[in-house]
Amino acid sequence: MELKQLYREIVNEHNLHPVHKGKMEAPDLVLRGVNPSCGDDITLSLKIVDGKIEDAMYEGSGCAISQASVDMMADQIIGRTKEDAIKLAGTFMGMIKGEVTDEASLEELDEAAALQDVAHMPARVKCAVLGWHTMQEMLENPEKAQQ
Amino acid sequence: MSTVQDFRKDFDILNSGDYIYFDNAATSQRPRQVLDAISEVYKTANANPLRGLYDWSVAATDAYESARSTVAQFLGGVKSEEIIFTRNTTESINLVAYSYGMDNVEAGDEIVVTVMEHHSNLLPWQMVAKKKGATLVFLEPDEEGVISEAEYTSKITDKTKIVAVGHVSNVMGITNPVAEIAEYAHSKGAVVLADGAQAAPHMQVNVRELGVDFYAISGHKMLAPMGIGALYGRKDLLEKMSPFLTGGEMIEYVTRTDATYAELPHKFEAGTVNLGGAVGLAAAIKYLQNVGFDKIQEQEHRLTKLLMDGMAKMPYIKIYGSKDYTKHCGIVTFTMEGVHPHDISSVLNDDHVCVRAGHHCAQPLMQFIGAGSTARASVYFYNTEEEVERFLEKLSGVREVMGYGA
Repeated sequence: MELKQLYREIVNEHNLHPVHKGKMEAPDLVLRGVNPSCGDDITLSLKIVDGKIEDAMYEGSGCAISQASVDMMADQIIGRTKEDAIKLAGTFMGMIKGEVTDEASLEELDEAAALQDVAHMPARVKCAVLGWHTMQEMLENPEKAQQ
Repeated sequence: MSTVQDFRKDFDILNSGDYIYFDNAATSQRPRQVLDAISEVYKTANANPLRGLYDWSVAATDAYESARSTVAQFLGGVKSEEIIFTRNTTESINLVAYSYGMDNVEAGDEIVVTVMEHHSNLLPWQMVAKKKGATLVFLEPDEEGVISEAEYTSKITDKTKIVAVGHVSNVMGITNPVAEIAEYAHSKGAVVLADGAQAAPHMQVNVRELGVDFYAISGHKMLAPMGIGALYGRKDLLEKMSPFLTGGEMIEYVTRTDATYAELPHKFEAGTVNLGGAVGLAAAIKYLQNVGFDKIQEQEHRLTKLLMDGMAKMPYIKIYGSKDYTKHCGIVTFTMEGVHPHDISSVLNDDHVCVRAGHHCAQPLMQFIGAGSTARASVYFYNTEEEVERFLEKLSGVREVMGYGA
């Protein structure tokens, strides 16, 4: 997908009208993720019930790709187990690195797979993976994200 | 009389497609004359300079030292031994920080910089201040980017040991009052370094008239290759300073446990030198002098005015720095309401327009002006009015791509 088309068809909607942006009441895990070189700065909050992600919300600012990516990610991880979400993060980052290309894996990512072409935009890779990386970090090392 | 179109013919990359290169403040392009000079010296005079006793090495030494003398003339007719070749401005400033700063700054002293500094003229001084227990003091500009006399006379005091100031800001494009600051700093007993990375490509620099003790430049921002830069240092100061790097080439006599050092400038040039870089820098200086700084500025002013006038018609754009287009050194830094600078740069890239986005290695200034990140278009004498017009047209389409209606 061309960059402009990617913005118009996918990124803008999530960037301008995010579904999961805002402050979460009584989150279980909270972690800040930053791309120092470009100023993308998000704080991701998760509510976990019985090992399942019951809700995911974020606050912060950054470029449209970073913001849209974390909003799409929230869509995809709500309702999944922690293990599942970590696995999905691996799939997403593999896709962005150009290592995961098979359709079955990409289907698993649902709408987030639309960012596949970021693999061809090295300057924007960090923007796309910021939310996923932060989520993976907080689930794998919950002591860093404990409230 | 040569025109912009004539000069453009010397830059193959500018004629290789339909790209508009507006990131000249990050690095310039290089003309064929510079590339040819580098190639020529390696084809005809390649041996290790300053070492061999045979013809080729003598020829390499001559080429290298002749390049040094070109730089010395370029910076205002200083002595050749006052010019040290380095990799770039960053290395030049680190040399001064380590070899002068670490030996002359003590606990309780102050080092004065501006909040506009590129990280290369900030981090070396942070390092000295931390290690020696000194304090960093920041000069702050007004809205238009100007550092007032009241600002520097109140912050440079008897405690000040070093004043390190950017000659031209790489974000605002403003030229700082270096001569006035240097005169005042000297009256307080401080030494003065100016970071000339962003100035030397655009104006005739005379370090004696500026009255600075150290002046740092990068070749790659002024048509020369990457990896060559220079430091001007006042001879009496350089003579007293310890070497920055030690090793080959910079010695006089070495025993198992001790060494005496070579005379200036070689004391500061350890290891095999960058012959091609130095020759390329000299060729770049000759190229710039042939174009002429009056002509360079004339074209930069013409383009900057067009840029600023065109951007002023886009109410969602905010330009940083002076309202006067002659005070930008070709640099126009801006933000666009609702659109992150990285998105601006990516969308423009899709239209083959190259602009920088980010913090421009000047994070304290970004914090000071209240922008996390900005976009920057920077022009040079080889850019054209047609390119500016095309840039403005593409820029005016960015918000639509980002979902803000037509």
